[in-house]
Amino acid sequence: MAQNIDVDAWERKFKVVLFVLVIGTFVTVAASYIHLPPALGIALALVIAIAKGSFVVLFFMHLIDEKQLVYWVMAIAVLFFFFMLFIPLFTEGNTFGDSMIVTSAPESGGDDHH
Amino acid sequence: MSMAIPYTDQPRPDTGLTNVKIGMWLFLASEVMLFGGLFASYIILRVSDPNWPAGAEFGLSVPIAFVNTLVLIASSFTMVMAWTSLLRDNVSRFKLYQTITVVCGLIFLVIKAFEYNSKFSHGHFPSEHNFLAIYFTLTGLHGLHVLGGALYNAYLLGPNFGMFKTHRQQFINRVECSGLFWHFVDLVWIFLFPVLYLL
Repeated sequence: MAQNIDVDAWERKFKVVLFVLVIGTFVTVAASYIHLPPALGIALALVIAIAKGSFVVLFFMHLIDEKQLVYWVMAIAVLFFFFMLFIPLFTEGNTFGDSMIVTSAPESGGDDHH
Repeated sequence: MSMAIPYTDQPRPDTGLTNVKIGMWLFLASEVMLFGGLFASYIILRVSDPNWPAGAEFGLSVPIAFVNTLVLIASSFTMVMAWTSLLRDNVSRFKLYQTITVVCGLIFLVIKAFEYNSKFSHGHFPSEHNFLAIYFTLTGLHGLHVLGGALYNAYLLGPNFGMFKTHRQQFINRVECSGLFWHFVDLVWIFLFPVLYLL
């Protein structure tokens, strides 16, 4: 963040963000009491969490007013996070090759040692 | 011969950032990977188990976690206000907000300690179920971060505060970077709360 900042303007933003985060927390809890399908409930909770997290990162951590280098550092970290997250998930959902594993499994009581 | 660390108070010409700030952002990037790995583990465990339990089945209390969420959000707010107080050269206001930040961190930890004690007294240990294993790992690691942040904020408030008179800008940068860490800790909890307690 620049050395010469408008402190009054930022403090007003911080107060608005505080209000939004508190309301967001109430909404998160209230949404958990609504009987939604599990997938929709998870999606809703994560959308609210991402929205709240964005406010924290953009304003409290003032990423919105940072230098480009910081964007690159965090973008690479987030990219690798999703890479790390999705590779195992793809493996979990991947059924390609299952039949090969089954057919190549040794039969019980086989006489491979002879 | 003294070797001063360069660019602690003024930004480097090439990056436009002080070394302490770029160092803190790089550290936070590593923290994203640390907590990201554990979140990924949680998701893998959860999607692999068709009978994954809700937190309430192990006595996780939504109202208590809700209060803790508000405490951390409030502490994030007071942290940024402490930083802007320094920019205004308002020392008493800085001390007030910084003290509230530290106290909020300690309140969070005390509530967490009661919560842990409740789990242990009911025989809920990490070895009982994958849910409890990932719950204690995530919240335990997060709690250590809260403890570390609170201790450093207390250090800035007490023993290190004299630096504000001798190296004003460097001290303000320290408070700002301490705030970056503290907000990251808040950010992690914002995701932990719904993931562990509500879903």
